[in-house]
Amino acid sequence: MWNVLNDDPLSSGTLYDKVWDLHRVAELPGGSTQLFIGLHLIHEVTSPQAFSALRDKGLGVRCPERTIATVDHIVPTTNQQRPFEDPLAEEMLSTLERNCAEYGIKLNGIGSGRQGIVHVIAPELGLSQPGITVACGDSHTCTHGAFGAIAFGIGTSQVRDVLASQSLAMNKLKVRRIQVNGQLSEGVSAKDLILHVIRTLGVKGGVGFVYEFAGSAIETLSMEERMTLCNMAIEGGARCGYVNPDQVTFDYIKGRPYAPSGDSWERAVAWWRSIASEKDAVVDDEVVFDAPSIPPTVTWGITPGQGLGIDECVPTLDALEPAERPIAEEAYRYMALEPGTAIAGVPVDVCFIGSCTNGRLSDLRAAAAVARGRQVADGIKAFVVPGSEQVAQAAEAEGLDVIFRAAGFEWREPGCSMCLAMNPDRLDGRQISASSSNRNFKGRQGSASGRTLLMSPAMVAAAAVTGTVTDVRTLGISAPMSNGIAV
Amino acid sequence: MSSPDVFPSGPIQSVSGSALVLRGDDIDTDRIIPARFLKCVSFDALGDQVFADDRTELAGDHPFDRSENQAASILIVNDNFGCGSSREHAPQALMRWGIRAVIGESFAEIFFGNCLALGIPCAAADHELISSVQDAALSSPGGIWTLDLNTLSLTGSDHQAHSLMIAQGPRDMLLSGRWDATSELLAAGSQVDQTHASLPYLNGFR
Repeated sequence: MWNVLNDDPLSSGTLYDKVWDLHRVAELPGGSTQLFIGLHLIHEVTSPQAFSALRDKGLGVRCPERTIATVDHIVPTTNQQRPFEDPLAEEMLSTLERNCAEYGIKLNGIGSGRQGIVHVIAPELGLSQPGITVACGDSHTCTHGAFGAIAFGIGTSQVRDVLASQSLAMNKLKVRRIQVNGQLSEGVSAKDLILHVIRTLGVKGGVGFVYEFAGSAIETLSMEERMTLCNMAIEGGARCGYVNPDQVTFDYIKGRPYAPSGDSWERAVAWWRSIASEKDAVVDDEVVFDAPSIPPTVTWGITPGQGLGIDECVPTLDALEPAERPIAEEAYRYMALEPGTAIAGVPVDVCFIGSCTNGRLSDLRAAAAVARGRQVADGIKAFVVPGSEQVAQAAEAEGLDVIFRAAGFEWREPGCSMCLAMNPDRLDGRQISASSSNRNFKGRQGSASGRTLLMSPAMVAAAAVTGTVTDVRTLGISAPMSNGIAV
Repeated sequence: MSSPDVFPSGPIQSVSGSALVLRGDDIDTDRIIPARFLKCVSFDALGDQVFADDRTELAGDHPFDRSENQAASILIVNDNFGCGSSREHAPQALMRWGIRAVIGESFAEIFFGNCLALGIPCAAADHELISSVQDAALSSPGGIWTLDLNTLSLTGSDHQAHSLMIAQGPRDMLLSGRWDATSELLAAGSQVDQTHASLPYLNGFR
């Protein structure tokens, strides 16, 4: 691992190598590289202390025009009237507003039509583009790798550094190609794929690596599916994940507010093509997966690596590697799941559809295809939180909100919501949730004893209408559930 | 021993103090500092909130609550410590509680970088060595341990010098006091301008 050992990366000719070389500013005396940051996304949680540090040091913001802000983590999803009921949340948003106004940074605030989860709005505004570097004080910044960007999460000290210098001190990572051959089966989504990858390679398997997702299964994914995939690279320990840009990427970007237009569009596409990994690129490692054999996948434990195919049972200790046993034992206790329990049929209390992983229009369509004409099971609280104002508007324009409401789901305002429960949306006590989010850590969804089962949005909807973890493929949904379906 | 209120500054050659043993793999940053404590515009209050939910669950028996650990400054953990969220609030909470170095089997990447940016070394060793150090530290509570970044060794109450690993770059940054990167990044201002001017996507793709 880069932070422990001194073995140098060997990769060459990959998108990562090209982007790294283009953005290299200088070699720093400490041995790290000063890397230019092409796009800096900020939000209310990890930026206030960075702005305070700028003031303490008498520094300004070097490239306010390459810095884009929104508010997402703390926003309520029921009543977004200002001031917020929670004074701490209100203080965080007003601090962000003050900082953006003072330093000339564009803030996509509530009601602007462009507010939403930072990793949902940057792609839909056309800010996320191939070949750029993206930094944000949020670990799921790897999402933007879906466009062939090199995008990574940073801490607040680094947010300060990017604000001040538009650059970061970084160490080069290794490249592991995740080659996924064949096509995913019907009813199996990008979420299932990434949960399967993390289950196979482990939650720290990617530490020190960038994941390059490649192969025929990846090439046929939509942009939104690629975002889901890259979003969870960090859950496998990889700080960045990316997909090489192709026509799917260019078609998505074209016409968006920050997309190149006019004469520069053709030049942009040519450059974007040139930035993709060469055919003979050298990677440090490669792992091959067979897409058709991947089932709908659900987590049972307290790390995203504790996943199961929908037909499998909670593993017994003797089926696990010795190193995995202590955390499995902790997970049995915390989740109150006995080894050998079939994951299908486990009852749930709360169903959450949303987050930077699965809060986009195609995710809501997939869930609505399941919810349509069905009813949320008795005693289940189910709610849908669109990833952005644009997602909400588009979903409402095609009537998804009506389908969800008719089925007994609550239809909310955009934000991060119960993924990390910094707003009023949270589990109570030992409630167990089916969640389309990204982390099943102890306490993650706002209750110190709350429990989370991660799965795709269609699978969350299936759990909502049956009351238990259910293979969505058994519900007889005829439309494909992973990509841009009509409902 | 360092005071919890005096934060790291300048060159860091070594860290000495008693050890706090926190066992378990994959301890994530949501556990180190639960998200509700991120509702703040300064890091000042985080020291008291470190591992808040785990400590409540153990009702006073958590390593961060035990009386013998209250002066500890070296945290000894296991594998993949600090995984999950990029929140710097996690190392900030540890630092404000009094931790000045972390020794473990491995660290999540963003966590490692966040610690480095605060002047907190994260040094690694294999499972066997970490386990034996944890046993030794637990058997003589309050014993003083020293992480020496020049020799990359840990010595303590078991009277042995254990070799640790930390990559050359971060180690040099700590030893030289250049772990606070802002001034160096700013020093290259004209080169930042050159890179900015050379990037096709910031110049109309020309």
